[in-house]
Formats: sequence, C-alpha cells, structure tokens
Amino acid sequence: MAEIRIDVMGETCPVPLVEFRKALRKAQEGDVIEIVGTHPSSKKEIPMAVKAMGSELLDISEEGDAWKIRVRK
Amino acid sequence: MEDKSEEVKAQKATIVVQSGDMDKLYSALIIANGCLSMGMMVSMFFTFWGLLRLKKGGLEKAPLSKMHYLGLGKWMINRRMKSKNVRSLERLFQDYVDLGGKVLACDMTMEIMGVGPKDLREDLITEYCGVGTYVNEARYSSITLFI
Repeated sequence: MAEIRIDVMGETCPVPLVEFRKALRKAQEGDVIEIVGTHPSSKKEIPMAVKAMGSELLDISEEGDAWKIRVRK
Repeated sequence: MEDKSEEVKAQKATIVVQSGDMDKLYSALIIANGCLSMGMMVSMFFTFWGLLRLKKGGLEKAPLSKMHYLGLGKWMINRRMKSKNVRSLERLFQDYVDLGGKVLACDMTMEIMGVGPKDLREDLITEYCGVGTYVNEARYSSITLFI
C-alpha cells in the first residue's frame, strides 16, 4: 500500500482533476492518494470524480485557501 | 493493473471539433479532459478548421474567435492565461492523450485540404476515418457536442 502525494497548489481548471485522475490510474488497489490544492471548484469536484469511479473518500480538510483531499483506491 | 472506472462500464462523450479557434479548442479540450477525469471515455472527431489544428505547429496558430485583432487580442489573452496558470493547448492535448482519450481525424477534410498524415501530429492521432466511425462512437455516447 503506497501513499501518493500530488501538489496542485496554484493550478486552475482542469489541472487538479486531471492530475488526480492520472494518479488514480497509476495507483494500485488500496493505495492512498493525497492531493493538495487551492482551486476552489476542485474541492467539490474531485470528490464527485471519486464517487463516479467507486473509490473511497477518506478525508477533506482546509487550511486558509488550501484544501487537502485523501482518497483510497 | 485494473482500473475501477473501466470496470464500471464507463459512459462516453463524443465531441466534434469543427472550429479551429483557440477559445473553442480550449472549451473542447477542457470538457474532454474533465470527462476523462470523471471516469468517462472520450472521442474527439477533428474535421474542417479543427482538423487543420492537428497540423504540425497548428495548435499555436489558432486565432481567437472574437477580438483577435490581428493577434493582439490573442497575445493579451495568452498573457492573462499564463498569469492565471492556465495550461497551454499543447499541454491539455497531451493530458487528453495520456488519460486515454481518442483523437479521430476526418480523412475527407484531409483530401480537400491536401493534407497527408505526414503533415499532421501523428503522435496525437488515434485513427483516420469518416462519418461512419463518428456515428458509431456517438450513438453510444451520453454526451455529444459539436464545437
């Protein structure tokens, strides 16, 4: 079980979604992906993608303008 | 390595890219990348002015559909986009291909315009085809767009 970190701070549409998807494609079953970013819409859209693809949303947290989302494949 | 999304019988989007304008290519590529990111399959069918953007160096030449002003408008928009960290068309296209998006090139346009595969970005193109292939992709798609 690996832990994969992606940093999309300062990136805008559609980069956070795209980079999250790339990581999910590469990840093995059970791996945890942690993505941090600042693009406001992506905070709610990444969880939508997680749901659509049947992965497990572990946690969403915020600190100032930044958010952090953790997902298990 | 199995990907859950492919198991979950991914839904599909088919986008006809008829325009060669920069702003419309942005719309098409952002929607296409969004669909792939949300677990859908995507085919983009490039025809007419859209197909010409698949020529080598074609993406950079795309003009704005409005307020192009001989390139001044485009220069200003490009500058704004860069400062806001928006990815280039080239980069978005690469993302699209990396995520498994299909690129279909209209062979009739190629004949009309006198363009051969050697003139085109063969690294991006999946298939050279006609309307039948487009229909076969579109008939099983829940999203179909003409841009």
